[in-house]
Amino acid sequence: MKRDVLSALARLALALFLLMPLIPLAIWSVAHGWRFPALLPSELSLAAWSYALSPVSGVVGSLGLTFFIAAVTSVIATALAYPAGRALGRLRFPGRSVVLVLVLAPAVLPAIAVALGLQGLFLRMGWTGTIWGVVLAHLIPALPYPTLVLTAVFARFDPHHEDQARCLGARPLQVLLHVTLPAVLPGLRTGAVLAFLISWSQYLLTLSIGGGKVQTLPLLLFTFATSGRNDLTGAVAMIYVLPALAFMALLLRQRSKTAPLPNRTDR
Amino acid sequence: MRPYLMLAPLLFVLCGLFGAALGLTLMRSFRYLPAVGLTEPDLSAYTAILTAPGFLESVALSVWIAVGSALLSAALALATALALRQAFVGRGILTGLIQVGLAVPHVVGAVGILYLFSQSGAFARMAFQAGLIDGPGAFPALTNDPYAVGIMLLYVWKEMPFITLILLASLQRIGPDHEAAARSLGATPWQAFAHVLLPMLMPSLLAATALVFAFAFGAYEVPLLLGAHAPEAVAVLAWRSHTDVDLAARPEAMAMAVVIAVIAGGMLVALAQLLGKAGWGGR
Repeated sequence: MKRDVLSALARLALALFLLMPLIPLAIWSVAHGWRFPALLPSELSLAAWSYALSPVSGVVGSLGLTFFIAAVTSVIATALAYPAGRALGRLRFPGRSVVLVLVLAPAVLPAIAVALGLQGLFLRMGWTGTIWGVVLAHLIPALPYPTLVLTAVFARFDPHHEDQARCLGARPLQVLLHVTLPAVLPGLRTGAVLAFLISWSQYLLTLSIGGGKVQTLPLLLFTFATSGRNDLTGAVAMIYVLPALAFMALLLRQRSKTAPLPNRTDR
Repeated sequence: MRPYLMLAPLLFVLCGLFGAALGLTLMRSFRYLPAVGLTEPDLSAYTAILTAPGFLESVALSVWIAVGSALLSAALALATALALRQAFVGRGILTGLIQVGLAVPHVVGAVGILYLFSQSGAFARMAFQAGLIDGPGAFPALTNDPYAVGIMLLYVWKEMPFITLILLASLQRIGPDHEAAARSLGATPWQAFAHVLLPMLMPSLLAATALVFAFAFGAYEVPLLLGAHAPEAVAVLAWRSHTDVDLAARPEAMAMAVVIAVIAGGMLVALAQLLGKAGWGGR
C-alpha cells in the first residue's frame, strides 16, 4: 500500500517535471503585475495576448513565416530522404557505412560548426537575408532525421508486395501509390514531423543566414525575453509552443491508430 | 549503380551545403583566403586562440555542461524508462507528456527555466513564503551562475525524455524473457538488471548519451539566456568573435568552429561504432 502511494507520487513528480518550464510561461501570459514574492498573480489580464495577436507586434506574421519555412524544409528533406532511406535500408553496397556516418554528421555536429562557413558561402551567392537561404540552411540539421527513420522503415519493408502488385499488372506509379507509400506512410510522417520540428526550433542558423531580415519566432521570442516584458514573453512562448504540441499530438494519435497494422500483415 | 543514384540527391545537398560550409571554415581557419590575397595558409589563428586565456576556459565550461547534462539525463532516463515499462493507470498520459519536451524549442524551455529558478522566480518565491529566505538575493544563484546549473537543468529537462524514448524502444525490442530466465536461474532482481538487462540496453543508452553530449556541447541560445557573462559557452564565444568589428578575429572564430567540430566529431565516431554494435551498420 505504501509502495503504491510512493510510486503514484513519483509519477506525479515526473509529470510535473515534464511540464515544468511551460507552467510559469502560461501563467505569465495572463498575469498583470506579478511581483516577488507573490506565488500567483493578483490580477489577470489578456493585454499581453491581445498585443501579441495584434498586427503591431509582428508575432502572427512571424508565426506564419516560421511555419512556412518549417513546412518547406520538411517537404524537401523528406523528399530527399525517401530514395536515400530506401537505398540505405534495402540495399548493401560498398561505402554504405560511410554514407550513414555522413548522414548522421549534421545531427551530431553543432550548428555553430556550420553556421560561420555557411554564412560565408551564402554571402558569396547572395542568399543571406532571404527566406530560401534560411530553408537551405535548415535542411542541413533536418535531413538526418527523415533519412534515418526511413532507413529503419525500409529495412523492415518487404519488397515482395511490390513484386506481387507488378505481377498483377500494376504500373510503377500504381505500385508506388497503392503499395509502397501506404506501407511506409507512418515512417514518412514521423520523419516529416521531426524535420519540421528541427526547422521550427532552429535559432543560430536562422540568425546567421537570415541576418536579422528573416525574423522567425525563436528570434522574436529571444528579443521579448531579453527586454524584460515577462507577460509578453509568456504570450509569445505560448503562441510558439502550442502549434508544435498540436502537431505532436496529431502524430501520436495517428500512430496509435496505425500501430496494430504490422501485426495484421504478420499473419 | 542503383543505390548511388538513389542517394545522389541527398548527397548532393549534404556535400554542397554541409561539406562546403565545413570546408570553407577549415580554409579560413588556416587564414587561406585567396580572394583577399592570403594565399599562404598558416596556423596563427589556432595559436592565437590557444594562447589567449578565454578560449580554453570556454571549452572547459562547455565540456562541463555537456558531461553534466549527458550523465544526469542518462541516469534519470534509465530510471524513468524502467518505471514506465510496467502497465499502470495514466501510463499513456505520461508517455505522451514525455514527447512534449521534444516539441518544445530550446528558447522556450530556457525562458521557462529562467522564470522558475532565477532569484525572483517561482522557487525563490516559494522559499520566501516558506520562510527559508528573507529576500530574492538570499536564494542561491541557479541561473546565469558560474557552475552553469541553469543550462544543465534545461538540457536535462529537454534531453531526459529523448533518452527515455530511445530506451523504451530498446526495452520493447529486448522483451521480458531474458530477465525472466535469469530470475528463474536464481538471480536477484538487481542481478537480473545489472548483469542481463543493462548490458543489453548499453549500446542504445551510450549512443543516446553521446548525442546529448554533442547537443549540449554546441549549445548557443541556451547559454545566451541562462549562462554567466564569463566564461561564455564556446559556441557563444565563437559567434561573438565572428561578429566582432575587428576583422582579424574572423579566422580565430573559424578556428574555434573547427575545434568545436573536432570535439563533436569525436562523439560522432563513438556514436557510429555504438550504432554498428547495436545492429545499424552491417546485417
